[in-house]
Amino acid sequence: MKTKAERIPFIYKILAAVLLFIAIFVLAMVLGAADTSIKDVWSALTSSSDGEKLSIIREIRLPREIAAIFVGAALAVSGAIMQGMTRNPLADPGLLGLTAGANAALAVTIAFIPAVNYFGLMVACFIGAAVGAALVFGVSAVKRGGFSPLRIVLAGAAISAFLYAIADGVGITFKISKDVSMWTSGGLVGANWSQLQVIVPFIVVGIIIAMLLSKQLTILSLSEEVAVGLGQKTARIKAVLFVVTVMLAGASVALVGSLTFIGLMIPHIVRAIVGTDYRYTIPMSGLVGATFMMLADTLARTISAPYEAPVAAIVAVLGLPFFLVIVRKGGRSFL
Amino acid sequence: MIHPSLIKKQRLIMLSLFVLIVLTIIVSMGLGYSTLSFDRLLPTLFGQGTFKENFVLFSVRLPRIIITLLAGMALALSGSILQGITRNDLADPGIVGINSGAGVAVALFFLFAPINAGSFIYLLPVMAFAGAVLTACLIYFFSYNRKTGLQPVKMVLMGVGFSMALSGVMVVLISSAPREKVDFISKWLAGSIWGADWPFIWALLPWLVILIPFTLYKANRLNLLSLNEPVAIGVGISLNKERIVLLLTAVALAASAVSVTGGIAFVGLMAPHIAKALVGPRNQMFIPVSILTGGWLLVLADTIGRQVADPDGLPAGIVVALIGAPYFIYLLLKK
Repeated sequence: MKTKAERIPFIYKILAAVLLFIAIFVLAMVLGAADTSIKDVWSALTSSSDGEKLSIIREIRLPREIAAIFVGAALAVSGAIMQGMTRNPLADPGLLGLTAGANAALAVTIAFIPAVNYFGLMVACFIGAAVGAALVFGVSAVKRGGFSPLRIVLAGAAISAFLYAIADGVGITFKISKDVSMWTSGGLVGANWSQLQVIVPFIVVGIIIAMLLSKQLTILSLSEEVAVGLGQKTARIKAVLFVVTVMLAGASVALVGSLTFIGLMIPHIVRAIVGTDYRYTIPMSGLVGATFMMLADTLARTISAPYEAPVAAIVAVLGLPFFLVIVRKGGRSFL
Repeated sequence: MIHPSLIKKQRLIMLSLFVLIVLTIIVSMGLGYSTLSFDRLLPTLFGQGTFKENFVLFSVRLPRIIITLLAGMALALSGSILQGITRNDLADPGIVGINSGAGVAVALFFLFAPINAGSFIYLLPVMAFAGAVLTACLIYFFSYNRKTGLQPVKMVLMGVGFSMALSGVMVVLISSAPREKVDFISKWLAGSIWGADWPFIWALLPWLVILIPFTLYKANRLNLLSLNEPVAIGVGISLNKERIVLLLTAVALAASAVSVTGGIAFVGLMAPHIAKALVGPRNQMFIPVSILTGGWLLVLADTIGRQVADPDGLPAGIVVALIGAPYFIYLLLKK
């Protein structure tokens, strides 16, 4: 028996999502602190003529929106993978210790090297995220037959709690909690082309691998026994998926700080629309995540322009109503 | 039928935890900012102390120790119940919105209400309690369905959604607030024991005295609820009624604890897992262990937290994660 939502073919749903994506992209390019029109955006993207408005669009808005697209997609896809792999609806990319590690590294850096610049902070975040992920990975893989979903989830929760405690403790002792929280709720303020060149390849490769493995992920999300029974090398698949998640989430955390909401909620919203087959869920999550992130970033830029509102807050507050409706109406429970 | 050796092991663990609690309390009474030597402890306890000794012991240290003990117990019990009814290992009192609701209420109160030195200490926990209960009610309201009743998966998702949205609100509040106020709020959020005074003990104690025996009485139903729905219905459990009653219990416990201690997430999440790792997943076995573990962890954490750093010390919520997480990882590796 199929529910009403399932009768609409997937192709129409993804087409609708693409249209929405394009609409939001145009909106994001046009709106902002500086006054620009659709015509300016068009000529900035297609011609090579110069002008103040055109260079605002090319050098500030375009990299920022591209960053939003990739970060949103990466977070949503890595969230979908985590939830499928651990079979836990509360799993999110932050569970891998990435966000907590980045937070801890950030707090320590701000406390001990107050003069550090933007780039230094980004490097610190990246290192912290890597250390956090390595800890979780190490703890859940150390035993034979490791990578049981339960272990990943528990190790992730414990290590994240530990690292967050370090971040909070340092923040309170050195009286820098405000700086730390403003940075981590941060957003895409400093996105520029050179950052994108480093980060985008990681995300693209990660998403491609995720799509290739989506069939395996669907099987894995049923149950361990089913997956093994169907002849799947579960440990290897899980290790690859784990690395993909770290790549995706690590790149995003380094760029924008912690945005747990997207990784956690977008997969749930998407699942209510296209069902639990990850061959559909993963591409759709990427698309919806990107759209949502662009929307949130645009709002953050425009609500109190020319100042920035923290994106993390916008994402969470904006996402809640969507989410309430979906969870209530969607009817489709997690597993 | 519970194996006798398991019962013996559980008794042994309970006894050692009890001894540990008593020892920690004694050490904690003797240590602190102002001096009270250990050989004066007993005389002071029995009413033979000088005015200063009496004041330090009965008005400062003892209430604080009792509050941390009770709050730790309440949080651990609440976490155990929630993990049972939601069948999710990541469930903690935070998922029914307790921490974030209390946090936002405290932030709003602290930032906008006129501060009156006399009533402030007492009003803050009241506000926190109101915020926590209000959020829990909202989550319940949105996840309750007239046809299907209370679905744990929906509740968990709603809870996380609300928590995140409220954290978003928090970031917005913090971003516009002056730095000193932010430091106070983040300290509250990290779980500095705020209400260390006798009235708060009298406010917290009745909950525990009633609800601990009540939960133990319900332990067998919790066992069944944590299996799966068909089984629980099959053996004749009124699923919805039990869920709601237990949920209310968990909310009451966590809200009363968080309102006096500030946002301590770790105990509720980890104490049940530590207990399960020690005595196995049977509810009547691990709940008592979990309660004692929670109480002990928090007293220990607060004792350590008071010794390090300046007279204000480190919030107990942070210290508890710093010492609890490595221990939990150790258990995870050993298992």
